[in-house]
Amino acid sequence: MSSSTSTVTRSKGLSWRTLQAMKGSTFALPFVGGFIFFVFIPIGIALVESLYAEKKSGLGLGKATRSFVGFDNIAQALQDTTFWTGLGRVAVYAIIVVPLTQGLSMLMALLIDAASRKTANRFRVLLLLPYMTPGIVSTIIWIYLYSPATSPFKGLGVNFFDSNMVWVSMGQMAIWAGLGFNMLIQYGSLQSIPGEIIEAARLDGASELRIAWSIKIPYMISAVSLTTMFNIIGVLQLFNEPYFFRSISPQTITKDFTPAMQIYNEAFQAGNLNYATALSLVLAVILGLASACVYAIQNKVDK
Amino acid sequence: MSTTMSNAVTKTKSGLFHHGKRGGDIETAESTAGQAKGAAKYTVLAVLIFLAFYAVAPLWWLIVAITKSTQTIYTTNGLWFAGKFNLFQNLHDLFTYQDGIYSTWLWNTIWLSSVTSAGAMVVTVAAGYALAKYKFFGRGAIMTGIIISFIIPGSLLTVPSFLLFNKVGLYDNWWVMILPAMFTPFDTYLAKVYAESAVPDELMEAARIDGAGEYRIFTTISWRLMVTPAATIFLLHFVQSWNSFMWPMIFLKDYHKWTVMLGLQSWLARGTDSQYDLTMIVLTGAFISMIPVIILMIAMQRYWKSGMTVGSLK
Repeated sequence: MSSSTSTVTRSKGLSWRTLQAMKGSTFALPFVGGFIFFVFIPIGIALVESLYAEKKSGLGLGKATRSFVGFDNIAQALQDTTFWTGLGRVAVYAIIVVPLTQGLSMLMALLIDAASRKTANRFRVLLLLPYMTPGIVSTIIWIYLYSPATSPFKGLGVNFFDSNMVWVSMGQMAIWAGLGFNMLIQYGSLQSIPGEIIEAARLDGASELRIAWSIKIPYMISAVSLTTMFNIIGVLQLFNEPYFFRSISPQTITKDFTPAMQIYNEAFQAGNLNYATALSLVLAVILGLASACVYAIQNKVDK
Repeated sequence: MSTTMSNAVTKTKSGLFHHGKRGGDIETAESTAGQAKGAAKYTVLAVLIFLAFYAVAPLWWLIVAITKSTQTIYTTNGLWFAGKFNLFQNLHDLFTYQDGIYSTWLWNTIWLSSVTSAGAMVVTVAAGYALAKYKFFGRGAIMTGIIISFIIPGSLLTVPSFLLFNKVGLYDNWWVMILPAMFTPFDTYLAKVYAESAVPDELMEAARIDGAGEYRIFTTISWRLMVTPAATIFLLHFVQSWNSFMWPMIFLKDYHKWTVMLGLQSWLARGTDSQYDLTMIVLTGAFISMIPVIILMIAMQRYWKSGMTVGSLK
């Protein structure tokens, strides 16, 4: 008798649990639908489109003919010197700008952590102002600060849009704009250090620098590698800043100055959508490799 | 000593669960053990003053600049006000130029950002809740999809999205600004991580025993426990949507549908090669476009200031 009751309860319980899980899954349905439509279908389209080419017959007036070209677009992208030059530009830029941004943000996070609470709160608001400034607005501000007519630095006699200077100008702007966000996340990681570790180090006579170097910085590593990864991925897809600079200085910033600008130009100015998808696939693979490298380095440092 | 310790613990937890009513706790719960003692304090202060100057000076320049006229902006010192206060004239010029198109752009940006962020908040919080609290068929596949999507750069999606949206009639349509941004996998992941620890299974079981259905549990109990991730997602989205530039540039053709950032760029680009000097209009427009974001960020600073929200997702 009792065994039959338990069987009934179990079988009833099982279906009840399943029903509950099914009901619960409906909360995820809108997301899953949109996620498939707006993320996975475009990726599928990219993979397919990169295998085709469209050619206009005659003088470009006739109807476009679509033909299967296999991996020709990808092969062409892999040999495209404009693309690799652009990628080289952003890579060199990343090697310089990312460590500077991260280093300065770490310094800011450590300083805010080391200041008294009242001072910290006061300065934190000021240091976060660049983060609150919309990216485009900060680009506009710096463009005017660099322009000879309105620049407060005109006494220096530097042409900020000169082909050699333009990277320094953009990098300086990126560092300014990125400080707050990176500092915020890194500061969050400092807050999780147990207070007694620092107290103990201080009792043992460790200097403030030593505490920062041997206790605080190791605690920051995982947050820093996260912000570094975001930073690298962002920089390699650099578009807005050079695009704005181009409207001021079209001679030094060419239409395919960075990979993202070249993709935009191929797709929406030249109309080579197929080739543009091939370029973006190549760029995506490179970005994936770059993040994998950062991840591997972080794992090594952690051990 | 024990206070410091409990502070540190509270802090770690409050990073995940700082609920609405305990606003003041965030400030007070921060650990103070890290503070420098002795002479190091003054070095810290000096470097902070220097960095704060670097952070604020460009914005100070903008505030000073928008009070000047088209003549004085070129002739006077950039870091201090000119004799004549021209701000109201500049505002008048900004809101009347091209039949006051700026106010259209501003309004477009405000409502598009609000609707997008509210939509994204509802969709991703619900999905994160489902993924955290229910073990249904396909859950593993969805999580794998989310993780994979993290390594997909935005620039890969732009061109194929253009092809897709052209086919389904989303090109030059408001929905193109709203819909694609509503299904951000990162936000779903964020909501899932929060829901796992913020919504106790025991509470849901208790509600079930009391006869509440799954939908009832969410609409009366669970969502209240997820106010923090919801607000964070809303804020992050609002800022992102407000700042978006490449997306509206590609998908919105009619300039009456443009957002502020797109409009400012078009003026900046035109201002260099036309008879009429647009400098003051661009600068004033840039300043006005900052205000809504800054107000929102300051009003909601509780949700982002500790930096724990995003930092906890490693």
